[in-house]
Amino acid sequence: MAGLKAWWRDKFGKSAQQEQPPGAAVDRGEKAEVASEVSPASGATAVSPPAAELPQSWKTSGVFAIGWATDVGRVRGHNEDALLVVSSEQEANNAAPAFGLFMLADGMGGHQSGEAASSLALRVAGSQLLSQVYMPLISGLARGGDQPSLTDIVREAISQANRAVTRDLPGSGSTLTCGMILEDRLFIGHVGDSRAYLLRMGQPPRQLTKDHSLVNRLMEMGQLTEDEAAVHPQRNVLYRAIGQGGALEIDVMTYMLTPGDRLLLCSDGLWGLVEEAEIWRLIQQAATPQQACAQLVEAANAAGGNDNITVVLTEFWPKSQ
Amino acid sequence: MRGLSQRLRPLPSSDSLPPAMDVAPSPMPETPPATEKEAELSATRVVAGTGETREVDAKSRVSPEGLLPAGIQLQSRYKILGVIGIGGMGAVYKAQDLRFPGVLRLCAVKEMINTATDPQVRQMVVRNFEREASILATLSHPAVPQVYDYFTEGSRCYLVEEFVSGKDLEARLAEAEGFFPENQVVDWAVQLCEVLSYLHNHKPRPIIFRDLKPSNIMLDDHSRIRLVDFGIAKLFQSGEKGTMIGTEGYSPPEQYRGIAEPRVDIYALGATLHHLLSKQDPRLEPPFSFHERPIHRTNPTVSRELVEAIDKALEYDVNKRWGSAEEFKRALAAGMPAKAGGTQGEPLTFDSNVVKPVWKFACEDEIRGSVTVTGETVFVPSYDHNVYALDRESGKFKWKYPTGAGVASKPWVSEEMVIFGSIDKVVYAVDVKTGRLLWTMPTQGRIYSSPYGELGHIFIGSDDRQIYAIHQLSGRRVWTYAADGEIRSRPLVSENLILFACQMGMVYALSLNRELRWRFRARRGFLASPVMQNGLVFIGSLDTNFYAVDARSGWAAWKFRTGGGIVSTATVWKNIVYFGSVDGFIYALDAGEGRVVWRYQTDNQITGAASVYGDNLYIGGVDGVLYCFDALSGAVRWRYQTDGPITGAPEIDEGIVYIGSADHCVYAFPA
Repeated sequence: MAGLKAWWRDKFGKSAQQEQPPGAAVDRGEKAEVASEVSPASGATAVSPPAAELPQSWKTSGVFAIGWATDVGRVRGHNEDALLVVSSEQEANNAAPAFGLFMLADGMGGHQSGEAASSLALRVAGSQLLSQVYMPLISGLARGGDQPSLTDIVREAISQANRAVTRDLPGSGSTLTCGMILEDRLFIGHVGDSRAYLLRMGQPPRQLTKDHSLVNRLMEMGQLTEDEAAVHPQRNVLYRAIGQGGALEIDVMTYMLTPGDRLLLCSDGLWGLVEEAEIWRLIQQAATPQQACAQLVEAANAAGGNDNITVVLTEFWPKSQ
Repeated sequence: MRGLSQRLRPLPSSDSLPPAMDVAPSPMPETPPATEKEAELSATRVVAGTGETREVDAKSRVSPEGLLPAGIQLQSRYKILGVIGIGGMGAVYKAQDLRFPGVLRLCAVKEMINTATDPQVRQMVVRNFEREASILATLSHPAVPQVYDYFTEGSRCYLVEEFVSGKDLEARLAEAEGFFPENQVVDWAVQLCEVLSYLHNHKPRPIIFRDLKPSNIMLDDHSRIRLVDFGIAKLFQSGEKGTMIGTEGYSPPEQYRGIAEPRVDIYALGATLHHLLSKQDPRLEPPFSFHERPIHRTNPTVSRELVEAIDKALEYDVNKRWGSAEEFKRALAAGMPAKAGGTQGEPLTFDSNVVKPVWKFACEDEIRGSVTVTGETVFVPSYDHNVYALDRESGKFKWKYPTGAGVASKPWVSEEMVIFGSIDKVVYAVDVKTGRLLWTMPTQGRIYSSPYGELGHIFIGSDDRQIYAIHQLSGRRVWTYAADGEIRSRPLVSENLILFACQMGMVYALSLNRELRWRFRARRGFLASPVMQNGLVFIGSLDTNFYAVDARSGWAAWKFRTGGGIVSTATVWKNIVYFGSVDGFIYALDAGEGRVVWRYQTDNQITGAASVYGDNLYIGGVDGVLYCFDALSGAVRWRYQTDGPITGAPEIDEGIVYIGSADHCVYAFPA
């Protein structure tokens, strides 16, 4: 494990805390050499970002380094966002894969029903995933083709949340974005306009989710520019969300994680107000994921804070086989 | 329910009459930024669902207490009898006009509540309301309800209209068991075109309805179309913005940029007809997705001409739509197809004879396995007991090695050795150049499994239910591992796992020191071989499912059901996984999600694997055809008919495709 930490340091050079005067360029050059030696073995792409933006690893002893924050913002009376974070790691002979569940919901509907909807959506989907995935995983039950696949389980968990909100809280709704991790495999389940981003070293950040919003659809069709969309009066209109009932279509995708990958979940209270470049900058400079989350919330509030702000940020260090 | 529609409206625009009026140019008195901000801040998330339209905020404002009770009189003239519907801006009431004593003259009283707080804005709203009401009062068309009166009381404005008894098309849609007869929908459509034509040709300025949809179209007691709910209520709507679920569904893209012109209504009519015919509610689908959800998918009985006419009305590009309601009407009435712009199905441009083999070589029996090409040589396994070595350029015979039975697998070539198993139960290693035997390794069962080499070892399964690890250079058996059933496919070593599948429906993942990491059970056996990409093991089973199993946990990440057993081994290219099924389809699925990218139906089973070269996908079928597809789109580039089923995988090297057929021949084609 210490090796990984050293590898990261080698790969990315000094951390933000080790800020050095420009004279230290020689030192940096040496480290870059080490990186090119080490990276092929890691299987990671070896393109280093510019030195000024070198992130530091948040690696601790385990697979997950987690931070989260949620804030009502500066305008709303109450926080309709909700989040759920679960992580489990096991050290044992023939151990179960590490398990992580990161969920975020952004509720809507007057009279506190928005809070109720986001909370109910998380509880229903979260408990489903824990009982259908985590419990069998930790008890070591064998899997087979006659059982639902993991993507089916994620889809069904979110469908159940949709049915529960439609039934119990008519007139309200919620977005729901969830990242479920089994060691080095990430499953994304998504409805609405909250977002999941994957930050992989040496690569531009990648938005894993698609906003199910009218303006996003208009942008896809070339009818609106990004700038027009940002101020469009109907920029908050969603065409898919928990609580709409019926046969809700749910996006489910899976990705392979590489060591050091970071997953950011956020509500529109963050991405609608803070430029993406600023988001990446704050994340890269933070000493801990918790600090990153706090600073992201601060940035959104500084930009007006006109909506609830929620962020969940995790760095992954899956064990090698 | 009519009246339940004032939600999620597209941007008001300034160049159409009744709905929007000339709001913009009129002195927008001190709509100070503060007001706009306030509106935005009060943004409440609102939900709108299926047919019933929920609007949380509006409901709270127009609470039951805010409704006019039955019996109350407005202007000492209109006696409220009951509520017809509740919309975002107020209610619609059924009322009696007391000016006509002794008879029951009914009218609809539409109430709009002025919520503006700024006194000047309030005044402007009232002025615009009165102007708009006046214009509506001058309209005269059988499909437009007559406006009798309007007045303002306090913060509420009222419009008194002819009472239309009947049902709106949304209610009719909800009631209807099956689909509406086509001629009925065409009849409605023609009537709608007529009234749109009347409005669009209104002088001095055209009137754009801007909100055509089933709930705004009434069918009166004489089965005549009546347009209700002219967008006058929009005037009262400023600041009604918040996060909401559900889109308008029927409005064209440009309307969201504030454009209002006649062709906006043409699109909305097309959207309405699409909904009426397909019974797919566009408010529950991604916006502007009509072309992705063709009417025929749910209702195949609709005539092609009608579908084309509607598709043309639904073009994103306003210039590709029907130019006018009259033009649309003519197309509908004549049942004529859309002229220019409609693309016809592409004719089949490929020709079985266009592609000719570079060479062809006949064995003495069927070729059921797959050929392997390395260096200058093509190695061909045949049911005639031999493995042939052919010159890759000319197809000329170099040597053959006879075994005791048929060879039905794919030879493995490395270290100048060709390694293959035979149905005679023996694994053979022969010299690439000479065909001389180097070693043999007997098993207890017939061998249909193809060998796989890695780390100096050859891994191969047998019908004796064991997998063998053989030291490649010596032919020494290093270890065996007992499975639950016959192993007939090729093992795989990848990401520190040894993977193999057996006839009892089990996939095994062993660590390199032979510890079982996981097993994955399908309902029936495996004849296909495991393939690994991005931590997912792809394999199809005879249980008809195609599985993507997470290599770490042994859980299915996703699965995809086909219409028949799967024998074909998967091929992964650019995050698309390709395989065939006994149901006759070739499938291209998204490797991450298992979503269909494309599929193609052949005339018989597909049991062989595919190969990709460039962006071409090659695969053979039991129909004897070698297919070449555009790997991304699934368009057929060419096909070649052989005289027997193809069950092996094409091998492609340096621009040449090599394939064996049960017609005894191996073919070489330019790729």
